[in-house]
This record gives sequence, structure tokens and C-alpha cells, in this order.
Amino acid sequence: MRNLFPILTVVIAIFVLWYAGSVALNAAWAQDKAKRAGVELTTKELVLDTMSQKKPKLPAPHQVAEEMWKTTGDMVLKGRGFSKRSLIYHTWVTLSSTLLGFVLGTALGVALAVGIVYNRTMDMSVMPWVIASQTIPILAIAPMIIVVLNAIGISGLLPKAVISMYLSFFPVVVGMVKGLRSPDHMQLDQMKTWSASPGQQFWKLRLPSSMPYFFTSMKIAMAASLVGAIVGELPTGAVAGLGARLLGGSYYGQTIQIWSALLTAAALAACLVGLIGIVQRVVLKRMGMAS
Amino acid sequence: MIWIAFGIVAWMVGWRLNVYLSSLPRTRMTRLVVPTIFGVTLIVIWESLVRGFAISPVLLPPPSMIAVRFVTSTGILWEDFVQTVIKGALSGYVIGCGAAFLTAIAVDRFPFLQRGLLPVGNFVAALPIIGMAPILVMWFGFDWQSKAAVVVVMVFFPMLVNTVQGLQATDSMQRDLMRTYAAGYWKTLLKLRLPAAMPFIFNGLKIATTLALIGAIVAEFFGSPIKGMGFRISTEVGRLALDMVWAEIVVAAIAGSAFYGLVALLEKAVTFWHPSQRG
Repeated sequence: MRNLFPILTVVIAIFVLWYAGSVALNAAWAQDKAKRAGVELTTKELVLDTMSQKKPKLPAPHQVAEEMWKTTGDMVLKGRGFSKRSLIYHTWVTLSSTLLGFVLGTALGVALAVGIVYNRTMDMSVMPWVIASQTIPILAIAPMIIVVLNAIGISGLLPKAVISMYLSFFPVVVGMVKGLRSPDHMQLDQMKTWSASPGQQFWKLRLPSSMPYFFTSMKIAMAASLVGAIVGELPTGAVAGLGARLLGGSYYGQTIQIWSALLTAAALAACLVGLIGIVQRVVLKRMGMAS
Repeated sequence: MIWIAFGIVAWMVGWRLNVYLSSLPRTRMTRLVVPTIFGVTLIVIWESLVRGFAISPVLLPPPSMIAVRFVTSTGILWEDFVQTVIKGALSGYVIGCGAAFLTAIAVDRFPFLQRGLLPVGNFVAALPIIGMAPILVMWFGFDWQSKAAVVVVMVFFPMLVNTVQGLQATDSMQRDLMRTYAAGYWKTLLKLRLPAAMPFIFNGLKIATTLALIGAIVAEFFGSPIKGMGFRISTEVGRLALDMVWAEIVVAAIAGSAFYGLVALLEKAVTFWHPSQRG
């Protein structure tokens, strides 16, 4: 709560800068229009014009908000909440592949991490490649994955989810390896004196103590997964999803549409990460690990 | 059939060898050889499975075909590399990280801004910033300037958050000591706080390397001149020339790993005193 005031100040500063930027960037077009119409613009008219253009270089915040309301809340009120023109529909498309990719990626990440912690050979041979796999700009091959999977008859949700999975498994592997190794010698020895089997050692000591790491890496994985889903929608040719809205907007110069898709994606990311944060707080509290 | 059997045998031999090697005491040699054997085994299996199941090269070309394509079209690959990595990613990386570094030092003087910017920066760093690409391509045109702009936006916040955190890494005892030496703000910054912040700064720089390449390549999907890695990938996918796409991916992988490795080497040289580097 102590930070609320500074954060609000920064957010307000961002909005002020945004408005200033939209006036500065859109002024040229407004002047041009006025010149052709043969009228001289006063400063007030100029500012008003920069904020109400149809295809501005940088739309003002209220224009974006208006567009977002028009494509979400307004359509729900008209009973067409899931029509193809509504952002809710596109958000749902993106959300579903994000979640599928996230679940697959987390499962793969945890499995790899368990293997790496319990198998020395896997630790030495797989771990370097897991790290190297992330220096490859994987998003670059997103179009190929989509096209190839389409060619062998897999289309729709899964190809996008594969890209999300690839992006989200890495933080989980790294975090879980760290977490599963976090019990110190003293605790491991204690388990041994209780003659715990390897299974018991895993379920009762290693897994519980890895939970803080697990949640932290899940947050990163979720954000990465959303990026993967959005980029995965680009090469399918702007059919559905937030990525498709971005691409469609950039084809037809619909800047307001781009910004509203972008802000929706941002809100979606914030909600998903926030949700994990809440689960984290509840779980860690019940486990007695909350700090 | 023979190819499939060969792949299975290769897997068993490679894995057996690795099991043996990793049971030896860890030396620098085994630490290098084991992952190499694993990687080579994977490539051999890929080659033999593609041949064994007669998978069409339109779906998945065998590694040998990719290697041939790579060697025969180095000219195009080099041109794309210069356009995307040197002009787009590298210039954006330098501008973005430099700007973030200077902003962090400026922010550091005002605790109020720090408390406000850090949560907002953390939030922005988690957003799908790559979505800014179409907007920036619209603003800065199709050439490399717009790619550099995308990279700047992508690397700025992770770098800012890490640097601000790093500048807070000194404890009050150390700062008090600097005061007893009568060191002013700038002296304390140069001699104590910046060196102490280096592990954090390099963490940010390392994260930014991969982001920079991704940003530059993906930005090309939204429009580019007729060269560049992202452009080549998206057009060659359209022509179903997947061996060329894979050759570009090899270039991207080499560039990404080299970039990351370079920053890691620099880190080792600068933060040799840090526990994580001594081990």
C-alpha cells in the first residue's frame, strides 16, 4: 500500500505522455488536412482533431478504450458477445491455446526437471541443450511449425499450443531443477535416518520444498506462453485470435484496432499472472511457507 | 527399415556411452563431451528416421540436406544475417540497454520514482511487448530502423528492472564505509555501487540477447525489405523450401548462442569476484 502513490504517479505520467505523443504524432496529418481544406487551425481545434482521427498514427487512450468497449461490452449488451467481430471471441481463441500450451509446457518442464534431478546422465547431457534451446529464437520458426503441422492434418489449437509449450517449458525446467535441489544435506540426511524410500523422499521433501520456485517459474511460463500463442496466430493468415487482430490491423492501417488488441493482450497477461499469484499465496500459506 | 534400426542402435550406443562417461568424475572434458555426444546422437536419429520413414522433405528435411543448403547459399544467409542481426538486433540492443542503464541511474537518485517504476517495469516486462511490432513498423518504415525500434522496446524494461535492483544491492554498512572515506555520490557509484550491481546488470544483458534476436526476426513478419532472416523464413515457408528455412534457423541458433556466449564471457571477466563465478 505504501507504494500505491508512487505507482499511481508513474501510471498517470504514462497517460500524460501518451496524450502528448498522440498530439505530436498526429498533428502533421491534421495540419495537412486543414491546408487542403484551406482553413487555419487554432491550437484547440488542432488538439481536438489529433484525438479524433480515424486512422491516427498514435490513437489517444480514450479512442482505444472506446474501441475496446465497442467490441466487448457493447456487443454483449446487443447479445452478440461471441460474434467474430468481438474481441471476446478473439481473446477466447488466444486464451485457449495459451492455456493448453502452458499446461503442456509445465508438464514437460516438470518431467524433465525430475529426470534431470534423479538421473546423472540426463543432467549432464540434456541440461546444456535445454539452456541452448533458448538462445535459438524459437519464435522465428513459428510459421514453419504451423505450416508443417497443417500439412500433416493437425490444425487449429494444437500447432499454436506447441509453440506456447516450447516457450514455456524452459522457465519451468530451470526453476524446478533449482527447487527440487533446494533441500539441504541436513534435510536429506534426516530423510535417510527415517529410512525413507526414494519415492517418499520425493513426495514428502523435494516436491514440497520446490513449490515457491514452481510458482515463480509458472508466472514467467504463463507470460511466455501468451507471447507464443500470439505469434503463432500470425502465419495462419489473420483468421482468429489477438495475433490475427494485430496482423489484420497492420495490413489495413487500423491503428485503433491494433492498440485495442495489444491492450487486451496486456490485460489478459496481467489477469493470468495475477491468478497464479493468488493461487501461490493461498497454497504457500496452507503449506506454512508464506513469507 | 535398415535406417530405423540404425537410428535405434545409434541411440543405444550414444546413451550407453553417456551413462559410462557421466559415471566418471566430472572434469572439464566430460562436461563438454557428454552434451556433444547427446546432440550428435539426436542428429543421427533425425537423419535415419527421416530416411527410414521416407518423410517428404517438404515436411521435415534431413540434416544432411540442410547442411548442403547451408553451404551452397552462404551468400544469401550472410546478407540476411547482416540485415537482421547486425543492423536490426545489435543496434537495437545497444540503444535499448544503454537507454535502460542511464534511466536506471537517473531513477536511482529518486526513491519515489524507484518505488513507482519498479512494479510498473516488472508488469510491463511480463507483457507481450512483441505486439508493438506492427505499430513500430508503421512508424519507422520497413527497413532495419523499425526492427531496431522493436528491439529497443523489448529489451528496455527487463534491463531497467535488473539495473535498478542491482543498484540497490549494496548494504548500508558498505555505503557507510564509503562515507567514512569521504566519497561523494559519483565516487560511491563508480567504486562501490556499479561494481556491486554488475551481476544483476549482466543478468539483464543476458536476458536481452535472446529477446533482441526474437524481436528483430518477428518484426520482419510485419513488413521488411527483400532481405532479412524473418523475411526469408516467412517467404520460404510459403514456397515450401523448408531446407532453406532450417538453414536460416541454424544461422539464428549460431548467432543467438554466440551472442549469449559473448555476454557470458564478458560477465566472467567483469564479475570474477562473485560467488557464482568462482565455483
